[in-house]
Amino acid sequence: MSNNSCMDLTAKGGFSFDLCKRNAMLSQKGLKLPPFRKTGTTIVGLVFQDGVILGADTRATEGPIVCDKNCEKIHYMAPNIYCCGAGTAADTEAVTDMVSSQLQLHRYHTGRESRVVTALTLLKKHLFNYQGHVSAALVLGGVDCTGPHLHTIYPHGSTDTLPFATMGSGSLAAMSVFESKYKEGLSRDEGIKLVSEAVCSGIFNDLGSGSNVDVCVITKGHKEYLRNHMLPNPRTYVSERGYSFPKKTEVLMTKITPMKEKVEVTEGGDAMEE
Amino acid sequence: MESHKDCEINGPHSMGTTIIGVTYNGGVVLGADSRTSTGVYVANRASDKITQLTDNVYLCRSGSAADSQTVSDYVRYFLHQHTIQLGQPATVKVAANLVRLLSYSNKNMLQTGMIIGGWDKYEGGKIFGVPLGGTLLELPFTIGGSGSTYLYGFFDQAWKEGMTQEEAEQLVVKAVSLAIARDGASGGVVRTVTINSEGVTRKYYPEDKLPRWHEELEPQDSLLDILSSSSPEPMVS
Repeated sequence: MSNNSCMDLTAKGGFSFDLCKRNAMLSQKGLKLPPFRKTGTTIVGLVFQDGVILGADTRATEGPIVCDKNCEKIHYMAPNIYCCGAGTAADTEAVTDMVSSQLQLHRYHTGRESRVVTALTLLKKHLFNYQGHVSAALVLGGVDCTGPHLHTIYPHGSTDTLPFATMGSGSLAAMSVFESKYKEGLSRDEGIKLVSEAVCSGIFNDLGSGSNVDVCVITKGHKEYLRNHMLPNPRTYVSERGYSFPKKTEVLMTKITPMKEKVEVTEGGDAMEE
Repeated sequence: MESHKDCEINGPHSMGTTIIGVTYNGGVVLGADSRTSTGVYVANRASDKITQLTDNVYLCRSGSAADSQTVSDYVRYFLHQHTIQLGQPATVKVAANLVRLLSYSNKNMLQTGMIIGGWDKYEGGKIFGVPLGGTLLELPFTIGGSGSTYLYGFFDQAWKEGMTQEEAEQLVVKAVSLAIARDGASGGVVRTVTINSEGVTRKYYPEDKLPRWHEELEPQDSLLDILSSSSPEPMVS
C-alpha cells in the first residue's frame, strides 16, 4: 500500500498544487504575501466625431506605496488599436503583449489591417479561460475599416460596447464626469479636454490613481499618442539645502585592470547570408 | 480598503436582469432590461441582453455576463456551421438544444439562465427556457433573471393564448417595467425583439416612455442641463 503512493508522485501530469499547500501553511503561520504591483488606475475611453480617444493616469502601486510615478498604461495593440489596462500590472502587460503579437501574425496571414473585434475576441477568450484569475480590466479602442469602436473587457471575460467607458478604481469619479458632459459628435479638442477632465477627476479623488494624464487619439489612418499630455502634479518643493549624507564610504585604493582580449576576430570569413 | 473596492469593481460582472419570452399568434416577442451590475455599481446601463444566434433565432441572457456571452458565442458558431451543412435556416429547437447541451454539460462551471426565442417554417414561433442547471423547457411564455420573481403572479393573470403582436409587445414592455420598478438589479431601458415570418423587429423604450407605477416619480431633466453649460475648470494645483 505505501509503495503505491510513492509511485504516484512521478507518473501524473497536470498542475502540481504542492506549492499552494506551502503557501497556505505559511500564511497560517503569519507570513504575508508580498503585495503585487497593481495599477490602481483611472482608465477612460470615448468615441468622438472622427474616432476614439483613450486616456489613463500614470500611477502604479504596490500595496500602499507608489512604485512608479509615471508608468504607461495605454498599450499598443496594432497601428490602429490601443488598449488601456487596469488591475495587476503584470497581467495587463502580458495579455496585451500576447494579443498584440497574435494580431501581428494575423495581419501577416490575412494581409489586412487588424479589426478591433478581432482584438476583442482574442482578449475575451483568453480571460474567460482563466476564469478571472488574470486580473486585467481593459478599455480597448480603435478605428478600422468598419468604423470607430470602443469596448470594455472585464477580468472574467465579459465585454461591453459603449460610446464612453471608464474602468479601474477611479472609474466612478471619471464616469461622473462623462455622464454629465458627454455628447455625441464631439470634436477632437473637446474630446481630449473631456478625457483629460475625467482622468483628472480620478487622479484627484481616487487614492489608487495619480500623477499625470496620458491621452491617445486614434482616427482613420492616423494616431497620436500624447504621453504626459497633462502634468497636474509637478514636484513643487525641492529643498534648497540639498541632500547630503554624512557618512561616506572611504576609498582605500584605485586600481584599473584592462580586460584581456579573449576573442580573436578573423577578417574575411564567410559573410553572414541575408 | 482599496483592494476590497478593487475586487468589487472588477468583480464578476453579472446581469441582475429581467428577461421575458412570449409567444403570440404568428411569432414571438423577447424582452429584457439593460442593466449590468458588478456588486452595487452599474457597469453598463444600456447593455443589450438579447443577442442574435441566427437570422431567425435570438437569445436572452441572464446571470454571469462572461458565461452567457461565451455560451452564446459558441452556440452562434455551431449554428452557423449547422446552417451551412443543412442548407436552410436552423430551427429554434436545434438552437435551444445546443444551448442546453452546453449548459448541462458544464453545469458546475456556468452560472447563466437563458431564453431562446425564434421563428421557423416548421413550428412557427417558439420559446424555450434553459435555466441554471441546463433543463430544456418548451413553453408558451417564460421569464428569467432576478426581476422575474416579481412577475410570476402578473403573468399568471395577464397572459392569454393567441394574442396579437401589439398585445404581446405591450405585455412584455409592461412586465419588464414592473420588474424594473421593484428589482434593484434591473433598470435602464427596455429592449424588445419581435420575430415572425416576416423577419425581426427591434424596439427600444427609453425610461420616459415607460408607464409609471405606484409611488414612481416622473423623470426629470438633470439639473445640470438647467444650470449654465459652462463648467468650473477642473482642479489643478
